[in-house]
Amino acid sequence: MNRYKYLEDTALEIRKLTIESIGKLGVGHIGGCLSICELLSVLYFDIMNVDPKNPKDENRDRFVLSKGHGGPALYAALALKGYFDKAMLDTLNRPNTNLPSHCDKNRTTGIDMTTGSLGQGFSCAVGVALGARMLKKNFWTYVCIGDGESQEGQVWEAAMLAGSQKLDKLIAFTDYNKMQIDGTIEQINGLYPLHDKWQSFGWHVQVVDGHDIKALKNAILLAQNISSKPSMIIMDTIKGKGASFCENKLSSHNMVVTEDMWRQAVKDLDEMKVRPCN
Amino acid sequence: MRDIFTELLIERAKKDERICYIEADLMLASGTYAFKDNFPQRTVNVGVAEANMIGVAAGISTLGMIPFTHSFTPFATRRCNDQITLSVSYAKNNVKMVGSDPGITAMLNGGTHMSMEDVAIMRNIPSMCIVEPIDGVQLAGLFPQIVDHDGPVYIRLLRREVPVVYEEGETFELGKAKVIKSGSDVTIIAAGIMVSEAVTAEKILAEEGIDAGIIDMHTIKPLDTDAILREAKKTEAVVTAENHSIINGLGGAVAECLSQNYPTPIKMVGVKDHFGEVGMQEFLAKKYGLTAEEIVKNCKEVLKMKEN
Repeated sequence: MNRYKYLEDTALEIRKLTIESIGKLGVGHIGGCLSICELLSVLYFDIMNVDPKNPKDENRDRFVLSKGHGGPALYAALALKGYFDKAMLDTLNRPNTNLPSHCDKNRTTGIDMTTGSLGQGFSCAVGVALGARMLKKNFWTYVCIGDGESQEGQVWEAAMLAGSQKLDKLIAFTDYNKMQIDGTIEQINGLYPLHDKWQSFGWHVQVVDGHDIKALKNAILLAQNISSKPSMIIMDTIKGKGASFCENKLSSHNMVVTEDMWRQAVKDLDEMKVRPCN
Repeated sequence: MRDIFTELLIERAKKDERICYIEADLMLASGTYAFKDNFPQRTVNVGVAEANMIGVAAGISTLGMIPFTHSFTPFATRRCNDQITLSVSYAKNNVKMVGSDPGITAMLNGGTHMSMEDVAIMRNIPSMCIVEPIDGVQLAGLFPQIVDHDGPVYIRLLRREVPVVYEEGETFELGKAKVIKSGSDVTIIAAGIMVSEAVTAEKILAEEGIDAGIIDMHTIKPLDTDAILREAKKTEAVVTAENHSIINGLGGAVAECLSQNYPTPIKMVGVKDHFGEVGMQEFLAKKYGLTAEEIVKNCKEVLKMKEN
C-alpha cells in the first residue's frame, strides 16, 4: 500500500480507537485528542525510532505529549503500535487504570514523560534534549504542546533556553486548533503571530496542515535537516477533527459522549477507510 | 558551606558521570562556577527561570542522570512548587534540589528572599526528602547518601560560614536524627542554625540544674519518629527550634508525631506566621526569637506545663 495511505488509515484508526475509549467511558478530552491523530500516526508509524518490544531502549526517540490531556489519543496510537493490548483502551480512567486522563510514564508502557500540568512537559522535553547532548546520544526528542498551553509562561522559558542552547535534535509541534476551554484562543489570550513568536525565540518554524500526513512528514524531514536550531512545526488543526458531534466545537474540550454519538462517529470513520489497517 | 558543597559535588562528579548541575543564574552566589570549570558539558545555566530549571532537570533525570538544581530557598521551592510536585515527585524523577540562604540567613536580601515556608511547601509533597545540614562535617557525611537516595531530595543549604558543631569523623545517617545528648528533664529538637543555639541553650540550662537533651533533626522528612518518641519518653517535655515558620515545619512535624503516638507537652521556637525582612542575622534572630535565650525560656515554660 502507498505509504501515505497507510499513515492516513492509521490516523483514522487512532481516531476511531480514541472515540471508542472515551465514548465507552462517557466523558473525556476528546477535542484535543482528535486534533493530533495524524501527528501520532506519522511519528509512531513512520518517523520515530521506537520498538514496542523494547520500550525502555535508551537510544530510542522520545515523544513528550506536553498537552497531557491528549493521553487517550496517544494510548490508542501506542496500542495500535503494539505496546499493549487494544483491549486495555477500555480501561481508560476506570478505577486502578494504567491509562489515566493525563499521561503518566510510571503507569503506561511507552509513555516517555508524565504530563498534565500545562507547560511542564515542554520544559521536560527540553531537558531530555539537553541530557541527550550531555550523554552524546543521537536520538530525537519530539514534543507536542497545545495552543492554549502556549499561554503558560514556562513554555516560553523553555523555548528561550532551547533556542539559546541551539537544540537541533529537538522538534516541537503546536496543536493549533484555535480553541481553549473558555473560548477561541484569540478571544481569550491571542497567540497571533505565533510563527513570529517562535522565530524570535531562535527556532526554525514551519506551518503545516496538521491533518495532512504528507505535509507533516515532509515538515519533520525538513526539521531534521536544520542545524543549530530547534524546530517548531505549527500544525493548523481542527479541534474534534473527524467526529461530527464535536468537530470544530468549543464544547469538545472535555465533553460528555453518549453511545449514539460515538457509534455514529466510528461508523463514519469506518466508511472513510476502505482499506484494512494492520 | 557553599565551597564545601561545590567541592563535594565536583569530587562525586569525577567518579560518577550521572552528576550534572542545573542553575538559575546564581552560580556566583552558590559558588558553583568551579563545577562548571570542571564539567562544562554537565552544567546548564537556564537563566532566571526557576520553573524551567526544575522541568529541565526532571527531563534530564529520565535519562539516568542525577541533576542538582539550585536557587535561593523561596525560588527553589515556592516559585516552582507545581513543577517540583508534578514533574519531579509525582513523575518519580530523581532530582536533587538545593535551596540556599534559608530563613533569616538571607539577611540583607530581605523579605522577598527570606522563605519561612519552604520546608512546609516541600513537606507536603509525597516522597520528598528534606535535609538541612548544619556544618561542613555533616554536609560531607550526608552528601553521598543524598546522591544515592533514589528519589527527590531538597537540601536546605547554608551558604556562609557556620558555627562548627561536629568534629571530623562524626557519622550521620540520612533519615536518622543525630542525638547530640540525651536529657532527663527536657528534649530540644532543633534543625539548621538552631542546633548550635540549642547547644548553647543546653549549657545555660545545665547551669540552672536543668538537664536538656538535644536532637539534631538534619533530615526533616522522612522524620525519625523513633528518636523523637524515645527521647520524649525520657523527658516528657519537648521544645522544637527551627529557622522557619512553626507552621508545617519541624515544630509541626514533631507535634504531629507526638500528639498521635505519645502526647507530650511541647513548645515551638521558630517564626510565628510572619514574613521576613531586611537585617543582619543577629538582629533578625533576636526579632523573631531564634536564639538560645528563647530556647531556654521555652524549655522552662514546657517544664511548667509538664508539672501541671
